[in-house]
Amino acid sequence: MIHRSRLWLPAAGVLLIGALALGVMIGPAGNWGAADWNIIWNVRMPRVVLAGVVGAMLSLAGASYQGVFRNPLVDPYLLGVAAGAGLGATIVFAIGRSATSNWVVDPLPLAAFVGGLLAVLVTYLVGAGFGANRSGVTLVLAGVAVTSLATAVQTFVLQRNNDVIREVYSWILGRLSTATWGDVTLVLPYVVISSVVLMLHRRHLDVLRVGDDEAIALGTQVRRVRLAVVIAATLGTAAVVSVSGLIGFVGIVVPHMVRLLAGASYRLLLPLSLLLGASFLILADIPGRVLQNPAETPIGVVTAFLGAPFFILVLRTRRTA
Amino acid sequence: MYRSIPTSLRRLTTLGAVALLGLAACGSDDAEPASAATEAPAVSEAPAATDAPMTSDAPAPLKIVSLSPSATEMLFAIGAGADVVAVDDQSNFPDEALAVQTDLSGYTPNIEAIAKYEPDLVVHDGTTDLGAQLQAIGIADWVGAAPVTFDDIYVQIEQLGAATGRVGEAAELVAQMQADIDAAVASVTEPAAPLRFFHELDDTLYSVTSNTFIGHVYGLFGLQNIADTAEGTTDYPQLSAEFVISQSPDLIFLADTKCCGQSIDTVGARAGWGAVKAVGNGGVIELDDDVASRWGPRVVGLVQQVAVAVNAVQVAAP
Repeated sequence: MIHRSRLWLPAAGVLLIGALALGVMIGPAGNWGAADWNIIWNVRMPRVVLAGVVGAMLSLAGASYQGVFRNPLVDPYLLGVAAGAGLGATIVFAIGRSATSNWVVDPLPLAAFVGGLLAVLVTYLVGAGFGANRSGVTLVLAGVAVTSLATAVQTFVLQRNNDVIREVYSWILGRLSTATWGDVTLVLPYVVISSVVLMLHRRHLDVLRVGDDEAIALGTQVRRVRLAVVIAATLGTAAVVSVSGLIGFVGIVVPHMVRLLAGASYRLLLPLSLLLGASFLILADIPGRVLQNPAETPIGVVTAFLGAPFFILVLRTRRTA
Repeated sequence: MYRSIPTSLRRLTTLGAVALLGLAACGSDDAEPASAATEAPAVSEAPAATDAPMTSDAPAPLKIVSLSPSATEMLFAIGAGADVVAVDDQSNFPDEALAVQTDLSGYTPNIEAIAKYEPDLVVHDGTTDLGAQLQAIGIADWVGAAPVTFDDIYVQIEQLGAATGRVGEAAELVAQMQADIDAAVASVTEPAAPLRFFHELDDTLYSVTSNTFIGHVYGLFGLQNIADTAEGTTDYPQLSAEFVISQSPDLIFLADTKCCGQSIDTVGARAGWGAVKAVGNGGVIELDDDVASRWGPRVVGLVQQVAVAVNAVQVAAP
């Protein structure tokens, strides 16, 4: 068992390299050799790399959330990151991007980032305010409430500014298509910090699997671990959402794929989710680019289209197993 | 606990549904060639149109509510602006229309709010079921759906002329528009090789095919639309950046200067776009989003702007 688990990481690494190579080689401007280097370097490569970074972060955050809430069905958007970020982005679109085009900092990712963090902060304050925070159930319910509230406000703002619906819609479906190197460097620091913190907590997550009381008995500071993991996962998720929009299913599907293949231990689950998440989104973006060439298929559509059937498969396998 | 997934899913689907509805509404404003557009826009039981004397010296006294920015521009252009008592929140041209601009919405019309103005005629684009509602309370309406051809626009102007007792002014306006457009087309020297262009609806590279009305504007000059290769899926495809750059169009028309703050500078600053012909040859043209998505009299200015651009880009790169 031990030597088997050692093989998984190199295998996932090789897969990621393969996915990167494939991603860079295939695209609407022509495959490797036929396409202009200018296009490959400036347009395709940042897109492939951003897909990798976003996929890695969403999968890792999803796996961590699942561990900290002891629930295999949660995703990184659980505590309201997505709804908050969506609201922030919608407000920027509603104000009008021409009004803000001269700003030093592009307000769109900033508003999405701040909106996502604020939503989770409210969730946390509300959830913790009700006490009984021990299993995280109140936190999850608070997340549901905050998500609904933010979504309602977003819908209202959209209805008042329906001329920007197409822009907001396109943002919600995920936008790897406009990726630049600037996007990559913007999110990378957050993703690195978040990933390191989450990785350091992977053993604690294994302890948490036995239950809060038992974990406390084993000497784990459950509340501190939960807080650290939630903050790190939220920070990373908010950062990637702010540049890529909402890309669904990656955060659920990939950790489950890993559980099926390599078992449920977080020591292996987290690094494997990171690597396979990157590969998954890089590979999913390829049909996004070429399926309707030269038109784009939104990445959110592709991931959900691949993700939903897979999710059903996972559920079936689990029941029969 | 287990509600978390369905909730986030539902969130996305709800938003999707809302956005799709919005897209439909948006599309109409962007000159979507709705099937209704080919049917002649009809005056449904507009008493004023039949009762009023059809001469321009005695305009029928009317109270008009316009929920269509394009129709608002037509009404003011034929001199019927004085009859307009309220326009919707999107009608921002001409300046006189701002004086009667209200919170009324053409996308999500509120029948009671409209009825409050006690209009004799409500002008809208037919994308909602407002017509049936108005009929139920006995208010006449006129529908001007998104056009496909220039003739559709002329018909709409003439119908509004008839409905407001300004047949003469309407005919004059149509004749002037036709003459100006003909002159603009004639002013263009035909390029040796057909010029290719990219019409940008927003900074995520949504575009239009030649099936749309705006596509017809470029068709006047024999320009080739690079988005036409994406035809078959939709008339409003989202093109990939790789494709646009590799096509290297001679002209890029920015219909996203207002919505998305795009300009000659921002396009020039995009990574990888420096190699595109239009960027090197001064072929990036900033359009007014509103003019490029409506079908009022200002379409003449749009045609003239395209004509100037076609000539200029040929001088820059013979």
